[in-house]
Amino acid sequence: MASRPEGRPARREAVPGGDGRREGASVTALDARPVRSASRAGGAPPKPSAWRSRLAKLDLKASPYAFVAPFFVVFLVFGAYPLVYTLWVSLHDWGLASGTRKWAGFGNYSYLFGDDQFWHALVNTVGIFALSTVPQLLLALLLANTLNRRMRGATVFRIAVVAPLITSMAAVAIVFGQLFDTDFGFVNWLLHSHVDWHANRAWSWTAISVMVDWRWTGYNALIFLAAMQAIPKDLYEAAAIDGASRTRQFWQITVPLLRPTILFTVVISTIGGLQLFTEPVLFGSGTSNKMDGGATHQFQTLTMYMYDSAFGHDRYGYGAAVAWALFLLIIAFSLLNFAFVRRAGGTR
Amino acid sequence: MMRGNRLRAVAVLAAAGVLAAACGGGGDSKSDKKIQLTVDVFGEFGYEGLYQQFEQSHPGVTVRQRKVSSLDDYKPRLQQWIATGSGAGDVVALEEGILPTYMQQRTKFVNLFDYGARSMQGDFLPWKWQLGLSPDGSQLVGLGTDVGPLAMCYRKDLFKKAGLPTDRDQVGKLWPTWDQFFATGQRFQGKVSGTKWLDGPTAVLRATVLQNAGAGPGYSYFDKSNNLVFDTNPAVKQAFDTALKFEQNKMTADMSIFTPPWQTALKRDTFATVPCPSWMLGGIKQFSGDFGKDRWDVATTPGGSGYWGGSWLAVPKQSKHAKDAAELAKFLTGAQGQVGAFKAKDTFPSNVKAEQDPAVSGALNDYFGNAPTGKIFGQLVASVKPVYLGPKNEDVRQAVENVLIAVGQGKVKPEDAWGKAVDAAKKAAR
Repeated sequence: MASRPEGRPARREAVPGGDGRREGASVTALDARPVRSASRAGGAPPKPSAWRSRLAKLDLKASPYAFVAPFFVVFLVFGAYPLVYTLWVSLHDWGLASGTRKWAGFGNYSYLFGDDQFWHALVNTVGIFALSTVPQLLLALLLANTLNRRMRGATVFRIAVVAPLITSMAAVAIVFGQLFDTDFGFVNWLLHSHVDWHANRAWSWTAISVMVDWRWTGYNALIFLAAMQAIPKDLYEAAAIDGASRTRQFWQITVPLLRPTILFTVVISTIGGLQLFTEPVLFGSGTSNKMDGGATHQFQTLTMYMYDSAFGHDRYGYGAAVAWALFLLIIAFSLLNFAFVRRAGGTR
Repeated sequence: MMRGNRLRAVAVLAAAGVLAAACGGGGDSKSDKKIQLTVDVFGEFGYEGLYQQFEQSHPGVTVRQRKVSSLDDYKPRLQQWIATGSGAGDVVALEEGILPTYMQQRTKFVNLFDYGARSMQGDFLPWKWQLGLSPDGSQLVGLGTDVGPLAMCYRKDLFKKAGLPTDRDQVGKLWPTWDQFFATGQRFQGKVSGTKWLDGPTAVLRATVLQNAGAGPGYSYFDKSNNLVFDTNPAVKQAFDTALKFEQNKMTADMSIFTPPWQTALKRDTFATVPCPSWMLGGIKQFSGDFGKDRWDVATTPGGSGYWGGSWLAVPKQSKHAKDAAELAKFLTGAQGQVGAFKAKDTFPSNVKAEQDPAVSGALNDYFGNAPTGKIFGQLVASVKPVYLGPKNEDVRQAVENVLIAVGQGKVKPEDAWGKAVDAAKKAAR
C-alpha cells in the first residue's frame, strides 16, 4: 500500500495544484509532438519547394516559442519590468511628493539593515504568518475532509466556505473591529476579559490571525477538497476492510496523498502571509495612521511599512528597498517551507 | 480639507475606484472656447453648487469634480500625478499636511500671482495666505480654502453631574490655560467615575504646539531652514509635557477621532470633552446622533486659539487651461465661494470677507444648544498666529502622537516618553 499512494498523486494532483508552470509544460509538450511527427512523416520522402520546407522548418522551430510567448510577454511587462524598475528606484533617494531624486547607491539597503522598525515589522509579519497559517491549514484540511463526506446539501456548504472571500472588506473591518473592541467588544464579553486587543503585541497578532483565518481557511479547504476527490475510493474501501478507522484513514491515506497539494498551499500561504496587508490595515482602523500598525507598531507588517515609507512618508526609494528585501525574504521562506514540508512528509 | 475625513473613511480601502477619466477634457481654447475643468478634492468641500455658478458666469466652461472620500486615498494618487506630470486635475486641493511637501516642488504648480491673485491678499487670514506662499514670497502656490479654528466641545449633562457650570461662557472661563483645563479635568474625574476627561491626547499636543510656537519662535518641529529642532525648541517640549500630563494621569480615552471606537464612544459617556475644530461639529452630530441631542455644547479652547485642518487650492503646471483653472480657484476661495462652501458643508472660511458675511458670522448651531458657532470660531481664528511647518512636519507629528498614545496604553513609561519622542521624531524627519 505504501508504494501505490506514491505513484497516484503525481498524475492526479494536476487538478488542484494546477499552477501555471505545470500547465505550461504540458501545453508545450502537446504542441511539439504532433508537429515533430508530422514533419518526420512529410519532410523526408518528397521534396517540395525550398520555400515550403524552410517555412515548415521555421514553423517547427518557432511556433513552440510563439505558443509560450504570451506568458513571457505578460510576465516581462507585469513581472520582470516592475521588479527591475523597483530595484532601480531602491538605489535612489526618491520622493514622489517632494520631487527629490538623487542617486543613493546601496544607501537605502544599508539603512535598512540598521532600521529597527524594519526588523520589528519582519518579526510581526513572520509571527502573524506562523500564528495564522498553521491552524489555518490544519483547519482547512479537517474542513475539507468533512465536506468530502456524503452529506446533504454538500454543494451549498462547499460554496459557503469561500463566502468570506467575497465579503466586502469594509464590512469585515467593521465587524471585526467590534468583535475585538476593548471596552464594548464581543470577544471580551464572551471571555469575561478586558484584553486590549490593539495595544498588546501578541493579542493583536492573535486577532489579526483570526481575521486571516476566517477569510482564507475556506479557500484552502476548497483546494484540499478538490485534491481529496481525486483520491480513488477503493483505497478507503480496502483500508476499511482491513479495519482502519476513519481517523487512521485520514492520516494514513488522505494526508499522504495530499502531500503535493499541501506543499502547494504552504507555498501559496507563505507568499500571501508574508505580504499580509489588508487585515492588519483594517485592524488598525482605530489608529490615526492605519499604516502604523498601532502606536508602537505592534502589528505593522512589512508591506504596511513599505507602503507607509513609499507613500505616507514620501520615501519612495526606501519603500522600494523594503519591497526588494521582502521579495528576497519570500523566496527564502518559500524554499525553506517547501523543504520543510517535503522532509516532514518524506519520513512518513 | 479636513483631517477628520481621512480618518472617517476607514472603510474605504476597498472602494478606491472613483478614478476613471483621463485628464483635462476638451481641446485647446480656441475662439469658440469650450473647455472642461477638472477639480480634484477629497472629503467634503461643499463646492457642488458653486461649480454651477461658475459655469453660468463663464460660458463655454464646464467643471467636473473628482472626489475621493479619504485623504489617505487621495495622497498617493496626487503624488503619482505630480511626479509623472500627467493625470492631475486643473485645480487640486492640497491639505495642510501635504502642502509643505509640495512647496518643495512648487515648480510643478503655476504661480497664481501671474493670474491676478495678488489682489486677494487682503481678503485672507494673513497666516493662511502666508502658508500658501513660497518662502521668498515670489510664488503663490495655493489659495486658502477652509480653516479649522479650534474650540472645545463638552457634555453639558456630564458637567452638571460633576457640579461644573454648563453655560458656555462660564465653561470657557474655567480654562483660560491648559493647566486650568487639566485641573478642571481632575475635578471632573473625581466626581464622575467611568468617564475620561478627553477623547485622546493628539488634539492637546497639536493645539499647544501651535499656540506655543505662535507665541514664541514662529516654528515648531522644524526651523525655517527645515532643520529638525524638536528636541531643542522649548515651545515643543512644553507642549509635549502638557499633553503627556493628560496621558500620565489617565485623563484621556486614548482614542483617535473618527475611528470606530471613537464613534461608538460618542454614544456613551466615555469622555466629557472633545477638542473641536469647526468641522468636528458635524462629526459629533453625525455619530452622537439622537443620543447626544441637547447634551453637547461648544466653548472656547484653553490657551485661546488653535487650528486643526484646512486646505489650499493649487493649479498644476500640467493643466492645459491654467488661466481658467486659476479663475476657478480664485472664485472658489473668494468670499462668495467660501460662504457657499460654509453653507453647504460647514467648512469655516479662511477668507476674512466670508467670515464677516452674516451667513457665517451669525451662524447658530442648533445641535449644540444654538451655540453662536460663527462668532466663537471667528474670534478663535482671529487670534491664531502663523507657524512655519516643515515638509516632514506631519511625519514627525504622527510619530510623536504615537508615543503619547503608547504612554496611555501603558507601553511606554512616562519618564521615557520624551526620549522616545525625540528618537521617533529623528527617524521620521530623516
